[in-house]
Amino acid sequence: MSLTPQDIERIAHLARIRVTPADVADVQVKLDGIFKLIDEMQAVDTTGVEPMSHGLDMVLRLRDDAVTEINRRDVFLKNAPESADGYFLVPKVIE
Amino acid sequence: MFSQVTALTPTLTLSRAAGEGVNTVKLHMSQWEIVIGLETHTQLTTVSKIFSGSSTAFGAAPNTQASVVDLALPGALPVMNKGAVERAVKFGLAVGATINQRSIFARKNYFYPDLPKGYQISQFETPIVSGGGLTITLDDGSSKYIELTRAHLEEDAGKSVHEQFDGASGVDLNRAGTPLLEIVTEPVMRSGKEAIAYAKTLHNLVRYLDICDGNMQDGSFRCDVNVSVRPLGQKEFGTRREIKNLNSFKFMQQAIDFEVRWQIAEIEDGRKIQQATVLFNPDTGETKAMRSKEDAMDYRYFPDPDLPPLVVSDEMLARIKASMPELPEAKCARFSSEYGLSHYDALLLSQDGAMASYFETAVKAGGDAKLVANWMLGELSAALNREDKSIEQSPVNAVRLSNLVARIVDGTINHKTAKTVFEALWSGEAASVDAVIEAKGLKQISDSGAIEKIVDEVLAKSAAQIADYKAGKEKALMSIVGMVMKASAGKANPAQANAIVKRKIDAL
Repeated sequence: MSLTPQDIERIAHLARIRVTPADVADVQVKLDGIFKLIDEMQAVDTTGVEPMSHGLDMVLRLRDDAVTEINRRDVFLKNAPESADGYFLVPKVIE
Repeated sequence: MFSQVTALTPTLTLSRAAGEGVNTVKLHMSQWEIVIGLETHTQLTTVSKIFSGSSTAFGAAPNTQASVVDLALPGALPVMNKGAVERAVKFGLAVGATINQRSIFARKNYFYPDLPKGYQISQFETPIVSGGGLTITLDDGSSKYIELTRAHLEEDAGKSVHEQFDGASGVDLNRAGTPLLEIVTEPVMRSGKEAIAYAKTLHNLVRYLDICDGNMQDGSFRCDVNVSVRPLGQKEFGTRREIKNLNSFKFMQQAIDFEVRWQIAEIEDGRKIQQATVLFNPDTGETKAMRSKEDAMDYRYFPDPDLPPLVVSDEMLARIKASMPELPEAKCARFSSEYGLSHYDALLLSQDGAMASYFETAVKAGGDAKLVANWMLGELSAALNREDKSIEQSPVNAVRLSNLVARIVDGTINHKTAKTVFEALWSGEAASVDAVIEAKGLKQISDSGAIEKIVDEVLAKSAAQIADYKAGKEKALMSIVGMVMKASAGKANPAQANAIVKRKIDAL
């Protein structure tokens, strides 16, 4: 399959990655290459192979339901460019 | 609990919001079928989050319950909470669903400041619970089975506040990572009433199972309602709109009613419904599109590489099965067969865990089951409603109600004076049933000599009524018995009074 410039713009928007119009053609070639690789893998005969969701044959480890974390807000807020009254501040989100 | 909203009528006039087209239209409600499906987010009652050891307690200061995992700091990895898995399995067993002993977590990708990872961990292709269903009972006594599609585990997002800061939004990640079980129905409901009945039944069930506290105001039980309409008889579904985040049954009813009328008006006006997510505004009672299909979300789900498949072992499944409480439906059947209650009474008493346990405590304390049921559904419920109290807050506890009923059965008091005793217990005037009877002198007069004396006095003054009775008017007898009861200040044993009056008049 081959991607269109519109596909590139949509994918970039969904991933919140800025792709300038000048870069679209370049990104398109690279992504097309990935899709070609996927096409090649699709061609492998997997008859009789049970589908897997993960590469490793592992099972999820479960922990007991208990509170093990303490309040470390002050340390964490230091990571943020802006904070106030215990909140992380972000540019105003308007719905 | 909530006042009923006026039912949809076949044709109605409706005012539409400004900008929505004509102001008044006549709708042909009876020519349309309503189709509703629900998605309910129930917050599970674990003490810690689904993938981290942070507390889930409600109401803490912002970001004091957010750890490296909840904040999505680089390298922090999720570790699954066993308590959340157990609660999901418990729910699945309760609704007769298939428990998928191997289920997969997936990433649901979208960007929002209160979702620091850039994805929500949820389940997509293989949820932990598939199928099952719930039986709902409608006001007219009819019942309907509501099929469930699935129930899956996921994490909640954080919370954004938009009003508190100038030019900025504040992000609180205390709620991020709170375990949710999202319960999804098939589009099988055909009216707002069915949707509300389903939501209430589900609400009762999750509290019964103790997997969710059901607190709607705090957001522990939130409903998204998918609504569409189609011409009666049409097989294909109409285009649906999803009403998001309804947190009260009253709002749900109002939102559905408005949305249904809006959709029908649109179509009757020749417009098409666009698939959309809508929000309900409780102040205006209207629903309004939040985002339309043009910029519909594309979540690009894929299996989360951080979380291998979730396996519910045979041992875990067996252990949870063995720990299941008796379910409302089974309890209802048992209340009918074991205590001889009518189906309706059994249903009312079994739907709510606290009511059911109050009833059984009262019966075990020696109260006659049918009388206890009558008192609970009559005087007690009325008093609770009047003062907006839950049964756990009842000033008259189960054992006391049981004592009261016992005094009716043994003839110490009759039904009428029992009400006086009940009121005294309710108001806290006295601590025990016998104390009230003693203090108020309510002991029933069952001494036939005493009753005969009162009857004689009444008959001496009731020549007219006696004549009426002799002339064939049965009612006259009741009026004489009434006077006897009154003369005894309500304390005469009514059955005895009745018999004595009848015997004495017939002998005249």
